[in-house]
Amino acid sequence: MTDHDTIPVLAHGLVKRFGDFVAVDRINLEARTGEVVGFLGPNGSGKSTTIRMLCGLLRPSAGQALVAGFDVAREPEQVRRRIGYMSQKFSLYNDLRVIENIRFFAGMYDVPASLLNERTQWVLDMAGLAGRESTITGTLPGGWKQRLALGCAVLHRPSILFLDEPTSGVDPISRRRFWELIHAMADEGVTVLVTTHYMDEAEYCNRLVLIFQGRIVAAGSPTELKQQAMTGELLLIECDQLGLALDVLQQVPGARDVALFGNALHVVVPDGQTSIPRLRDALSAHGVAVSRIEPIRASLEDVFVSLTARLSDRRT
Amino acid sequence: MLRRLRGMLVKEFIQVFRDTRTRTLLFAPPIIQMLIFGYAATLEVRHIPVAALDYDNSQVSRELLSRFTASPYFDVRAYLNDRREIGDLIDRGEVTVALQINGGFAQDLRKGQPARLQVIVDSSNSNTALVAVGYINQIAARYAQEFQRTQLLRTSLFASSQIPSIVLERRPLFNINFDSQWFFVPGVIGNLILVMVVSLTAFAIVREREIGTLEQIMVTPIGRLEFILGKTLPFFLIGLFDTALVSLVGTFWFGVPFRGSIGVLAIGSILFILCMLGIGLFISTISRTQQQAMVSGFFFNMPAITFSGFGTPISSMPEWLQTLTYLNPLRYFLEILRGVYLKGVGLDVLWPQMVGMGLLGSIMLAISVARFQKSLD
Ligand SMILES: Nc1ncnc2c1ncn2[C@@H]1O[C@H](COP(=O)(O)OP(=O)(O)OP(=O)(O)O)[C@@H](O)[C@H]1O
Ligand SMILES: [Mg+2]
Repeated sequence: MTDHDTIPVLAHGLVKRFGDFVAVDRINLEARTGEVVGFLGPNGSGKSTTIRMLCGLLRPSAGQALVAGFDVAREPEQVRRRIGYMSQKFSLYNDLRVIENIRFFAGMYDVPASLLNERTQWVLDMAGLAGRESTITGTLPGGWKQRLALGCAVLHRPSILFLDEPTSGVDPISRRRFWELIHAMADEGVTVLVTTHYMDEAEYCNRLVLIFQGRIVAAGSPTELKQQAMTGELLLIECDQLGLALDVLQQVPGARDVALFGNALHVVVPDGQTSIPRLRDALSAHGVAVSRIEPIRASLEDVFVSLTARLSDRRT
Repeated sequence: MLRRLRGMLVKEFIQVFRDTRTRTLLFAPPIIQMLIFGYAATLEVRHIPVAALDYDNSQVSRELLSRFTASPYFDVRAYLNDRREIGDLIDRGEVTVALQINGGFAQDLRKGQPARLQVIVDSSNSNTALVAVGYINQIAARYAQEFQRTQLLRTSLFASSQIPSIVLERRPLFNINFDSQWFFVPGVIGNLILVMVVSLTAFAIVREREIGTLEQIMVTPIGRLEFILGKTLPFFLIGLFDTALVSLVGTFWFGVPFRGSIGVLAIGSILFILCMLGIGLFISTISRTQQQAMVSGFFFNMPAITFSGFGTPISSMPEWLQTLTYLNPLRYFLEILRGVYLKGVGLDVLWPQMVGMGLLGSIMLAISVARFQKSLD
């Protein structure tokens, strides 16, 4: 168990290179006791690589990370006893029964025999799998599998939990249920670092870290991020010929981060009052019929698009 | 420590025995391969297809050819009239040997001059070709001798006893009938154990890497040795079981005599299986996918079998290759298998092979264990 004065997860200048390729570039990271930290970023941005370094599965190329107060490169075994990890790929044994998976991982984590039954029951209840003990794991629905995987990762009651896209491919109701479990654990003081692609899930986190091409590009609570990142005003435009409209808007001076959201467009402008008429004129000049233009509140997805778009522009 | 190991073992055995397919895969192929190999793997050369071309067309030449027809080693498939047909027949693989008797053969023989029998042989299979030429030589020589004897008998009675000749008196040790199954069946045992244990071990670990469970296990506090033991012990036991199974088939089906002690065979098998576990483990450390493991396995298995003395005797390999075979555990194991089976020798004779395998096994296991890290780098 971690003392209350050690920071559960603390990374400084963490780098991971694969050959010449820098997958993770000088990342600083901190997660406090009981905090749920969301780790966001597009595919290939280095989320899994970072988590694997924190679990002691990959050796950092540079920098340092302390997990539960232990250096991940020097004392990975000490780290492993104190963490739970769910990898991005479902990684329980599909050909074992539910109960056999639980017993197997309980054995691996050295759960004392006297506690085995209690823990097993706890995991079964938590995952809602009571009565399904002898189901072959591979035949469980996706959401159940993920809950079982979470259960197996916390059999030893770790104080720190690393979850790599735990809800990918899971239906919305199961996802919500999964997040309830995460929050229940956080309430008991477990520190959770979780990656996700779902923006609605990001809102459940106490703090978010946005990573792009191996670098952290923004961090803060969801509310902070929305305020910080969106300099300017976000407009929603509903019109026909979305493709054409997108091209037109990108040419309008001052308009940026034009993006398609469902069957509407989002665009960021410095000032709504003056920009709305200009955009409307530009669009109608190209024959686009606009049915609605109005300022809206930024969602995390907008923040995300805005940040990554700006950075990609700068790099290419 | 023991609880984790036990956990690994329980899991492995559940996985092996739950799936009917895996279960049959473990035990059916050894038996089937044993039967196939036992019948097919043979050095004996019989029924060599022959074409005969007789330009002499004399009583003598016909008599000589009839010796070939009568021989179990040759099948005279075609009587030709033109030598140009020979090339085609050999190209198409219809005959391996063509015998050409030129005109004047009988005359030369009668005059006591060297009579020529021309032999054209397809040597693309050099072993068969050599054996065939050897048999032809024997038949021709015997015929010449008998011819000479009848000639002499005709001129002077009793003179035949004066013809000097050497008669080979064969007194084979160990394998009285030169039965090649006896030679091969112990070899097949070695090959099977090699292929089974190496690939099973490599696949078992690489599969976990592929499906991602290895990553999940690596974040648990399990020790490297615990994991490796948990992963290899089942295959060690299965390997031993297969050795016993295949040995029983060898003894009771093929009737290969078992003259030595089961204890010596067991020690040899254990050491050999340890070597193979080391190799399998090594392959698993250099392969990310099961395909890669298969290819690496192939690169090990082929030379290991070729340069073990399974088919080609080691003594007929180039010197430097002979030296290299000392690095091949299968070489030692085959010597042990054949020693125990056919010669009934014990540890007093086979200890160098045991030591050889023990050393190789320890080195390989040590390297593999050192290479196997609880990390994804
Ligand atoms: N073992 C490896 N060898 C070489 N390159 C690697 C290795 N592991 C990851 N990478 C590369 O590093 C980059 C970051 O990968 P990583 O898996 O951390 O991304 P991610 O943010 O988790 O992406 P995703 O959302 O798709 O899971 C990718 O470009 C990937 O191809
Ligand atoms: Mg990932």
